Amino acid sequence: MSREVKVDITVPNQTKYLGMIGRIGESIAYSLKSFQGNRRELAYHINLVLTEALANAISHANEFDPDKDVRVLISASDQELKIKVFDQGLGFDIETLSKLKAKASDEGGRGVQLIFKLMDKVRYLREGDCNVLEMLKYLH
Amino acid sequence: MKLNMTEQGDIVTISIDEERMDAHNSGDLKEKMLQLFDEGKCSLVIDLSAVRFIDSSGLGALVSGFKNASAREGNLKLCCLQPQVRSMFELTRLHRVFEIFTNQDEALNSF
Repeated sequence: MSREVKVDITVPNQTKYLGMIGRIGESIAYSLKSFQGNRRELAYHINLVLTEALANAISHANEFDPDKDVRVLISASDQELKIKVFDQGLGFDIETLSKLKAKASDEGGRGVQLIFKLMDKVRYLREGDCNVLEMLKYLH
Repeated sequence: MKLNMTEQGDIVTISIDEERMDAHNSGDLKEKMLQLFDEGKCSLVIDLSAVRFIDSSGLGALVSGFKNASAREGNLKLCCLQPQVRSMFELTRLHRVFEIFTNQDEALNSF
């Protein structure tokens, strides 16, 4: 029997869905009984990376276009938690963004850096007619 | 974003009455603070006791308020952070930027 949890959800390109998606990620994190670390912290971090990735897709990639959607795929096994956020925009250079260091006085620029800091592997790929931000967290 | 405001002398306390501060609602706080700055009210306490979750946009809104208050010879101080929210300030090193107090009275008395 598969012990994998998979959630595939598509929402309109609007920031009002950030909370809903973040809470789904949090619930999945709490359900990972094999995770030996601080599950409360993991839940917060998963909520955060989902919120940051979705906000990025909505604003930077999809440029707030109300006719576009954002798809989120979350899969969790005993070994890892994988999150994929699909956008329909022109994409962005995640490598450059990840290397920028936000100064204390900067208002923005922390989102992608937080994703890189909290996840074990981050890639931004082209898949079909979408861009995908793929984030992986090892659970052991 | 639901915001509750109280004034004591020159100091305005804004209590964030939301569980989340994120890219969806943080712009409202920025706008409210700019409005207060325009009215000459530049000494602010932000009470985060109800906030369970904050993202980079929420942090950015607070940095914006801090910068604008400082530029007008005022200040912006924080109080009542839940542990997970406090950890976000540490993760981003913003705890070195803001004065953070455990309760409103301490924050108010520090001006």
